[in-house]
Amino acid sequence: MPSLKDLKVRINSVKSTRKITKAMQMVAAAKLRRAQEAAEASRPYAARMTTVLSNIATGNRDNPEAPKLLRGTGDDSRHLLVVCTAERGLCGGFNSSIVRRARLDINRLIGEGKDVKILCVGRKGREQLKREYDHLFVEDQIAFEGVKKISYGEAEQVASRVLGSFAKGEYDVITLYYSEFESVLTQSPKALQVIPATIDTVEEGAGSNSAYEYEPDETALLAELLPKNITVQIYRALLENAASEQGARMTAMDNATRNAGDMVDKLTLQYNRSRQAAITSELIEIISGAEALNG
Amino acid sequence: MAGTMQVDLVSPEKVLASIEAEKVMLPGSDGDFTAMAGHVPVVTSLSPGTIRIVNGSEESEYLIAGGFAEVSGSGISILAEFASLREDATADMFQSSLEAAEKALEGLEKEELAEATRRYSNLKVMVETLGRAA
Repeated sequence: MPSLKDLKVRINSVKSTRKITKAMQMVAAAKLRRAQEAAEASRPYAARMTTVLSNIATGNRDNPEAPKLLRGTGDDSRHLLVVCTAERGLCGGFNSSIVRRARLDINRLIGEGKDVKILCVGRKGREQLKREYDHLFVEDQIAFEGVKKISYGEAEQVASRVLGSFAKGEYDVITLYYSEFESVLTQSPKALQVIPATIDTVEEGAGSNSAYEYEPDETALLAELLPKNITVQIYRALLENAASEQGARMTAMDNATRNAGDMVDKLTLQYNRSRQAAITSELIEIISGAEALNG
Repeated sequence: MAGTMQVDLVSPEKVLASIEAEKVMLPGSDGDFTAMAGHVPVVTSLSPGTIRIVNGSEESEYLIAGGFAEVSGSGISILAEFASLREDATADMFQSSLEAAEKALEGLEKEELAEATRRYSNLKVMVETLGRAA
């Protein structure tokens, strides 16, 4: 049975934990709003990019001169997995679920005898994957420590790494792992293959795509647009991730705050019971002492 | 008198302008050109430089670091990697990235070198454009 003083100390410590989680929840809520706005703002660009690109790509899918970024290298034995996670923890299962999704594919690809390399974006994913797959890591992992707001510059940094190694012929397939923001309560890990590009092709003859003139010619334009498209996709993944992270943290901290509240109630009850028990036993002692004197 | 058309200038981070305008002057990679309502549908890549959007007596000027434009019957969409209002941009803003890009040129292999050179020359053009007007 803990003493009254011990209980008091525990109640106070749980109370201050509750204050912290409550504060973190509110900070996450504010950051979530900003992250959602950023994701929203990036949509028009991405949408237009996709439209233009799919128009051009439709006519060029089977063109032998089309860039490798679109057609692929004709092989699929060397994979690069770009795992995007957060820099910080305390956000529920956010990082773990992305890592779990990636791990599933890593094991499957290794089982198929493919050559797998991992590039982690974000500290948390790196820490979790390091235990098992340290030997698969590429040199110089990317982390955005201290970056408050993901900007296009960060996406470019990742994209130039990825494109650079693809241009050198190090990989055949490059896949992006991130968490898609569905709502504050649900974030689902996603795998997106960026190279060779997965572009929805429009039906031939549908729309006005054939009416466009291209300057310079289609192939040159495609060669310029594809890398940009990859940067945009990475940017989108990073923004989705940022929103998901804050959403997950908000939910996790809300739960933590509630649990702390329950704990405080339980401990307070226990504290009061034992205080009462102590008073009762003191009273009994006094009464029986008095009776002994009278008798 | 030609009609107006919808002009959208978007960067990955935000929509900078979405207005009606009579004509837009663009730095195409094959030469500067002006698009007005009813222009032939064209998709073109853009060189770094300035875009001028003219609507009657109103005129706005934006600085872009390359990108591409899609001109269609309904209007024109300009997708720029970086874009800013001309008045807001100063040469100093790019000076440090220019120096960084110049430094990055050293000791690179050919593919990376091509990319870095492109970056460097893009920045240089922008700094010079700004320097001229100042």
